Amino acid sequence: MTATANTSSAPSPTKRRGPFGFNLLTAVILGVAGYWIAYALGGLIHGASIDSFDDTGQNDVQILLGYTGGVIGFLAGLGFLNYPIRRMLGYPPNFPAHEHTEPGLGKYFRLSTDHKVISMQYLIGIGIFFFIGGLNAMLIRTELLSPTTHVFGANQYLTIVGMHGSLMMGMMTSGVLGPFANWLVPLMIGSRRMAFPRIEALTFWLLMAAGVVLITTIFFGGFQTGWTGYEPLSDQGTAGYDAYIGFFALVSISMCLLGLNLAVTIVTMRAPGMTWSRLPIFVWSVLATCMLMVLAAPMLTATLLMGAMDRTMNSGFFVPGMGGSAFLWENLFWVFGHPEVYVLAIPGFGIVLELMPVFCRKPLWGYRLAVAGMMGVALFSFFVWQHHLFVSGMDADLRPFYMLSTEIISLPTGFTFLCVMGTLWRGRIRLTVPMLFCLAWVFNFLFGGISGVFVSDVPSDVTTHGSFFVMAHFHYTIMGGLVFSFFAAIYYWGPKMTGYKFSERLGKIHFWTMFIAFNSTFAPLFAVGFMGMPRRVITYPLSLKGLNDWVSISAFCLGLSLLFFLFIGVKALVFDREPTEDNPWHSKSYEWQLPTPIPANDFDAIPTFSGDPYPYGEVPATASPGAGPATAGVV
Amino acid sequence: MQADQTNHFRRFALIWAVATAILTPIVIFVFGPGLPPGNGTVESAGQVSDNTVLLALSTPVALGVLIFVGYCVWAFREPNPDGPVLDGPPITGNSSVQMWWLIVTTTLVLFLATFGSVRLLQDGAGGGQGPNPLSTPAGKALQVQVIAQQWEFTYRYPGYGGIETPHLVIPANTLVEFHVTSLDVVHSFWAYQLGVKADANPGLDNIAYVTTKSPMTFEVHCAELCGVWHGYMFDSGRVVSKASFATWIKGAEKTYGPAVKYLPPYSKTYFPSPVGRGG
Repeated sequence: MTATANTSSAPSPTKRRGPFGFNLLTAVILGVAGYWIAYALGGLIHGASIDSFDDTGQNDVQILLGYTGGVIGFLAGLGFLNYPIRRMLGYPPNFPAHEHTEPGLGKYFRLSTDHKVISMQYLIGIGIFFFIGGLNAMLIRTELLSPTTHVFGANQYLTIVGMHGSLMMGMMTSGVLGPFANWLVPLMIGSRRMAFPRIEALTFWLLMAAGVVLITTIFFGGFQTGWTGYEPLSDQGTAGYDAYIGFFALVSISMCLLGLNLAVTIVTMRAPGMTWSRLPIFVWSVLATCMLMVLAAPMLTATLLMGAMDRTMNSGFFVPGMGGSAFLWENLFWVFGHPEVYVLAIPGFGIVLELMPVFCRKPLWGYRLAVAGMMGVALFSFFVWQHHLFVSGMDADLRPFYMLSTEIISLPTGFTFLCVMGTLWRGRIRLTVPMLFCLAWVFNFLFGGISGVFVSDVPSDVTTHGSFFVMAHFHYTIMGGLVFSFFAAIYYWGPKMTGYKFSERLGKIHFWTMFIAFNSTFAPLFAVGFMGMPRRVITYPLSLKGLNDWVSISAFCLGLSLLFFLFIGVKALVFDREPTEDNPWHSKSYEWQLPTPIPANDFDAIPTFSGDPYPYGEVPATASPGAGPATAGVV
Repeated sequence: MQADQTNHFRRFALIWAVATAILTPIVIFVFGPGLPPGNGTVESAGQVSDNTVLLALSTPVALGVLIFVGYCVWAFREPNPDGPVLDGPPITGNSSVQMWWLIVTTTLVLFLATFGSVRLLQDGAGGGQGPNPLSTPAGKALQVQVIAQQWEFTYRYPGYGGIETPHLVIPANTLVEFHVTSLDVVHSFWAYQLGVKADANPGLDNIAYVTTKSPMTFEVHCAELCGVWHGYMFDSGRVVSKASFATWIKGAEKTYGPAVKYLPPYSKTYFPSPVGRGG
């Protein structure tokens, strides 16, 4: 991190690499090989005690070991073991020089330690799984078109429901942090790279391995437990549930490492002058999210390990007949699970608060309040988990406490709203596509939050718990909150990340169709839940058919709208390829003062920061594209 | 500048006050009575009034945020978006606004939590309270055991020889004490119109109270994912007059009584054997 670390940006001679070597192809081959080798080994240690627990002919030891071997083979094929093995054998380390300056798309299919390459890998990789999850949602709504005519079998249907939930809750935890925090944090804090670049790459490839592991559940009969995996139902599950365990175990490791990496980067690698009070608000939201990831994700890893032991070693942690307790799973899962939903929500707060000043042309209103809000949400989210268990039969004494703590969490969330409202007040609001998505976030998250009051209130929760009301509530907060802010971020930073312009006109069509279809899909579900339809059912009363059909058709429109976004992206990046100017939004943030596309080593010298992160309105507007950094000098 | 600001805020406040004055009574008096789960029992009526209070309090809050944002977008929109990029005033915060916001939201939250707790502690609001209920309504209760298993509910009446029936029938104007338990996985006993929801856990006695009013029918659903046929785990039950209940239970004792000797003896929980795979 000193000035001597600079390298000239002259293109170094690059050699074209062939298909063999450490890349995705090798990784897949070694991954499959690793699976079968470990599977065979698992067969050797198949004990008699496991037989007694198993009447399906499937051996969980083999399958879980197979997944482990497959993931190790996959990572070895990508080259993750090269560095440690070389070092252990006493060779000097070999860093691939200028891997990111390599032309072509090859670098995206290899282990890369450049934060910009990893961000793009994340964006595409998570995008693929987001669309698979979305496809699952379309299948769910297809099935629910009729209460009596079934497209899927009951087991297939529950597998689709479980895959939809797991993919969205598992993969999308890194939905903002993966693509955007990895890309933005080093630029925003002036550090040029992450603290642990190889771990950064590892988080991405672990997540991809996790997604593939989950999808293999369809070869093993699927799983019937939904994404919550409640015991002891999951103990009845066939080997398809092993895929669930493998998936969330990998996701939790990836989450923990991602959080650790980003937090260490933010704490230790800020450039001179980047004091805590000058940190862009998005970086604060990342830091708050990282706290949750680092503290909550290991809980899930441990819980899944116990679940895996129940299935392979008859340990009986969660099996009532063996001295275990189903409540143990419910508590451990939600101790992770509630912070996890804020892992999904807080980056959305950060994006909206980061974009508001740019499009209101005003400083962020109440910077300290916004920081306190996000940190407060992060802190309180550890003390609310039993609101998922109000009617579970757990000792009732703590219900008033959890009702209070859950409602208190709306205070720091309210700070975010106040800061957004304060920034809008008397601004010069420009209704660009990213701004529209931010305003939609305000609308959606408002209804998500208000419906949350109903679910947090125990008497009201007696009706709404486990019904479609809850489902509508968390889709308003996660889909309406996270996904809308995710699109705001794509339209806002996308040109900088890719170097190409996105059509403003098509973006507006995408926004309005998505906003209307989203609300038309999920608002009626509040009513459906209020009218007594439980979640995850394959059939429902005939009287609810009208509402369900309306919801299904809206959901298909929502799906089409998301496909339309895919079209916009492909059109912009593959066909039009119209280069964007350096700073199309006239933003005063540091990342926009850099040239487009960002040079390979980000900036030639580590910048020095002075002044506020949002200096709007303080000096006469002189934002000129291509001008030198407005807020940064050079050491 | 200052005068203009007051003007904007006053206009926003006026619009908000008018909208709130119109919509809050509509919410309370038009939507309120239609809110779930209906007024069939004391507990469900309590939930309806609880939902009404929450909705009535949410209305001004939601209107405040929506009208504020809408007003800002309408009034402070850049008049010439294609012209030069001009900045707004550099307002970075306002400590008295922040303090008032904190005071108002804290008051609301504390009121909601207190209100909810008071309502909850009266009678448990129909929710499952575990084996040691925190709030027990006064009076003599009819005990009914709800046994969940994949994928049906059955009901035992310990006061009537421990008979087990496939459908739930309870008398009107009676305090009923449900003991919810499960034989295999976690289910949830949701009697929608009664306003009762209690998870059924293997090896645990989950107690919920309901005070019925007049005769009616109600739906029973399983509200916790319990395996392949979860969607088909529903049933309907009846609240009947005390006289009809006496007749019905006499008939049920005759029908189901002979089967009791084949059932396990009545118990708060039935400890299941370790579950087998493949369910």
